[in-house]
Amino acid sequence: MNSRSSAVLDAQPVLVNANRFRKAHAADWERLETLVKRCEKRSVRALSDDDLIAFPLLYRSALSSLSIARETSLDRALVTYLEQLSTRAYFQIYGVPTSALRQLGRFFAHSWPASVQAIWRETLVALLLTVAGAVVGYLLVANDPGWFFGLMPGEMAQGRDPTATAESLRATLYDSPQDGLATFATFLFTHNAQIAIFAFALGFAFAVPTALLILYNGLMMGAIMAVFSAKGLGFEFAGWLMIHGTTEIFAIILSGAAGIRIGTAIAFPGRESRSDAAMRAGRAGATAMAGAVVMLAIAGLLEGIGRQTVNVDGTRYAIGLAMLAGWIVYFYLPRKKA
Amino acid sequence: MRWPFRRKDRGPKSLRRSFVTPEGVDLQLELGGAGVRAAAFMIDAVAILVVLIILTIIIGLLLVASRSSAMAILWLIGFFILRNGWFVLFEMGGRGATPGKRLLGLRVVARDGARLSGGAVLARNAMREIEVFLPLSFLAAQTAQGMADSFLVIFALSWSGIFLFFPLFNRDRLRVGDLVAGTWVVRTVSGELGADIVGAVERARWNFTDAELSLYGEFELQTLENVLRSGREEAVATVAATIRAKAGMEEPRHYRAGDDFRFLSDYYAALCARLERGMMVGRRRADKNAEVRVRQ
Repeated sequence: MNSRSSAVLDAQPVLVNANRFRKAHAADWERLETLVKRCEKRSVRALSDDDLIAFPLLYRSALSSLSIARETSLDRALVTYLEQLSTRAYFQIYGVPTSALRQLGRFFAHSWPASVQAIWRETLVALLLTVAGAVVGYLLVANDPGWFFGLMPGEMAQGRDPTATAESLRATLYDSPQDGLATFATFLFTHNAQIAIFAFALGFAFAVPTALLILYNGLMMGAIMAVFSAKGLGFEFAGWLMIHGTTEIFAIILSGAAGIRIGTAIAFPGRESRSDAAMRAGRAGATAMAGAVVMLAIAGLLEGIGRQTVNVDGTRYAIGLAMLAGWIVYFYLPRKKA
Repeated sequence: MRWPFRRKDRGPKSLRRSFVTPEGVDLQLELGGAGVRAAAFMIDAVAILVVLIILTIIIGLLLVASRSSAMAILWLIGFFILRNGWFVLFEMGGRGATPGKRLLGLRVVARDGARLSGGAVLARNAMREIEVFLPLSFLAAQTAQGMADSFLVIFALSWSGIFLFFPLFNRDRLRVGDLVAGTWVVRTVSGELGADIVGAVERARWNFTDAELSLYGEFELQTLENVLRSGREEAVATVAATIRAKAGMEEPRHYRAGDDFRFLSDYYAALCARLERGMMVGRRRADKNAEVRVRQ
């Protein structure tokens, strides 16, 4: 027996803070944990009214427990547990996005037009690039039809090249199209939408690839315009293009503008920090890009349905111009800040 | 003269980052490591492929049955939504995670602590186009045309390499998409509250002198906590023997199996109480090598 053994018998139970603290608050933490668990499994809507009222209160008390535990307790398990519990509750209270329906409503009512307005300078640049590309493409092909084959990939032209006769070209504009047009319009929509997303994402490389993409898009438009106008079908072709083209080309220009915005924000962040500038441009640009995908879907519908049923040049122009006017009013009409 | 190649002082190597809630408490989030995130992406990629194959088979069967072009349209739209919507829709949901991320305990969070907005989710996933899909589809198209010479392969690989390894070149493991969207991927861990070791000591069997308790600091206390929680007998016996040796205590007679655990629990409780009393008056001791630090 060593000398200390006698002291063993009258030793007192040890008291530390963590011990008392756990006893006092464990019930609250447990309740918060069950609420959080239910939210994580289902959603906040799975909570009853009482629970909904209690949730933020329990969260705050867990947070203050955490602060106290960090300052007064050496029980690592307790601090870790409270950290994890508070974090989970935090994400349920602050981190979760609003409901999909409300987000969608907000997107159409506010975010989309606001993001388009925010990139108006870049939109002008993209428009200029498109126009410049179209003029150059037109002039090149008008002077030397051989250029056409260099500018246009074969599958896009579909026989609409300088060697085609005026009749066959006219037929592509007015003939009731074959069975596959709806499928083709869908293909074009998904293809264009993918291009729009690319144009946005490529902006990250200091906007250069996006600008080239937009320029090339214009070049192709000018080239095919030159083919038709050489056969005296310029006016008719413009009508054929316009019925869905005002929406489609506008969409491509907008997504290009969103990409250019990202690239310039990264290259020239101005007074903001580079990552802040990239983040603001990225979020606004992505919203504009998503809007462009919506526009492309509408353009696909116009192409699939409108082009089949509307054969009169005047009506085609009217629809195309009305769409353009509609977009401009929707985007740029001043509105209250939400 | 300064040695030109001296490395700058780096920040902490760990993946824990301070994240202050509006209530002013630092939650200390842990970021998802590059490996876990890559694994989550692979899981998602496989899931997308499986869904795509199932979708194709179903639509193919329907096409044989109906022979309408509506099926082709359905497939095109389905493919588009699958490719672009999988990540976006799941991350915009309440959990802020795709199935792959959820499985591995990850979550997408806005870096500024605000709600995760639709714009942010769209931005971080649109960037995936240039990180992954662009080099892939480029490579696929070239291979299909039989033109994939070694130069193109090298180009495509190094292009995606820049973006794939981007997360390894910054402290916060940000993808290009995270950078542009202002997001973080953090670990979501949920654990049980471990048993209260001190509370379990109902009646201490050992008393310790001040000298015996002043051997260690907070770091050793928490190491001891881990040993006790793990409950491995050899570890408990080794640590108990070490502490006795260091404190110059003899092994008690009539020592039974399991006494080591009780001895360590008592020592833990006593040390915890002692260090805590110090904390109350602003005296902390980080570890055994540290002097007692008095907060000014």
